[in-house]
Amino acid sequence: MQPVQRRFLLTLLLLAGLVWIFLSRTELPATPSGLVPAPQAGFLAPDFRLETLDGGQVRLSDLRGQVVVVNFWATWCPPCRAEMPALQAVHEAYDGRGVIILGVNATSQDSLDAVHEFVTDHELSFLVALDLDNGANRLYEIRSLPTTFFVRPDGGIAEVVIGGPMAEAALRARIEDLLQEAP
Amino acid sequence: MLPILRVGPLAIQIPGLTLLLGIYLGLTLVEKTASRRGLKADPLVNLALIGLLAGVVGARLSFVLQHLAIFRQAPASLISLDRSLLDPWGGVGIGLLAALVYGQRKGLVLLTALDALTPGLAVFAVALGLSHAASGLAFGAPTTLPWGVELRGATRHPSQIYEVLTALAILAVLWKQFRQMDSPGRLFVRFIALSAAARLLLEAFRGDSQLIFGGLRLVQALAWLVLAVCLYYLEFRLSATDKR
Repeated sequence: MQPVQRRFLLTLLLLAGLVWIFLSRTELPATPSGLVPAPQAGFLAPDFRLETLDGGQVRLSDLRGQVVVVNFWATWCPPCRAEMPALQAVHEAYDGRGVIILGVNATSQDSLDAVHEFVTDHELSFLVALDLDNGANRLYEIRSLPTTFFVRPDGGIAEVVIGGPMAEAALRARIEDLLQEAP
Repeated sequence: MLPILRVGPLAIQIPGLTLLLGIYLGLTLVEKTASRRGLKADPLVNLALIGLLAGVVGARLSFVLQHLAIFRQAPASLISLDRSLLDPWGGVGIGLLAALVYGQRKGLVLLTALDALTPGLAVFAVALGLSHAASGLAFGAPTTLPWGVELRGATRHPSQIYEVLTALAILAVLWKQFRQMDSPGRLFVRFIALSAAARLLLEAFRGDSQLIFGGLRLVQALAWLVLAVCLYYLEFRLSATDKR
């Protein structure tokens, strides 16, 4: 092929690219946050209502307006146990500053006595919810413990961290970012 | 989607494992093709490994520098194995810089080295698509097409499968050229041009695009720009070099 013909074709290709960009523009938001509930960053955090260890109830959507760190855990899971001090330290540091730490215990795979003992021994004062029928674990498609969801004040999931233990700095850095994002 | 594979007490993270496998297979191919191109494989593989290692260290350093106040409050986190304490772009920058310095010290010619590493990059692109398929990231836009997949509450384009297929197609197109000597830089720029063209095409089917004015997709605009620069380079700069 002659260079002139080839350059003509390449120019056509680039023009076609521009037309394609124009044709594939979308009016949808960049991510479906706020529209579709799904356990992935960019989506709305699926709602759940669970009993808490102190006998009350917690509903995730009632915590809107605050940064929520939802940590799925179990007492038999070594990395879950290892990251609890970091979660407690962060809870103490951000208490009253629009940040909620919510530990969701996979109680259907755990023992309620073990949960009580663990929370007492480690002096955990953040909110611990009990997933008695594994419904929240199924809803959040938990395949590995711990798994941690960072939820924005508008209910959208900012980030999912699968596995652990998470370092205290990792928790603080994400919370600070989300607090700065908040209007 | 298979982010985690449970084997007894072990929870294997499939996306990460896929990327590691991609690096291993990519470097193996670099070793094999480099010798056929008359190049020594060791400095190239070392360059890639040093780049990766420096990238990991750099990603942690960059994260720490961006969150100094936090690390003052939690200094033990400095040496934590927590992989979420990494800044990917900082890591990429420092990894590339380290690779560049190593390459210069070893007397590697930049364009020749990039050509020699291209087979590895092409294999890694396939692994990246597979890791997206395993993690569910880079998901597609809703569709009514019969091959749509149920994901995240909607029937969506299987964008990760599109990504794997185009990466495989690019690998197949360039396969013969991996073993041939050509003008320095031609193979690498061809790979980048094909990858940019693929991204320009496929981004239209993504459900997580970052939008700019008028609903245009940012990545498409960037991919078009990269494609234009690559085509200009291949058509004018490399052709002029060939004539000389």
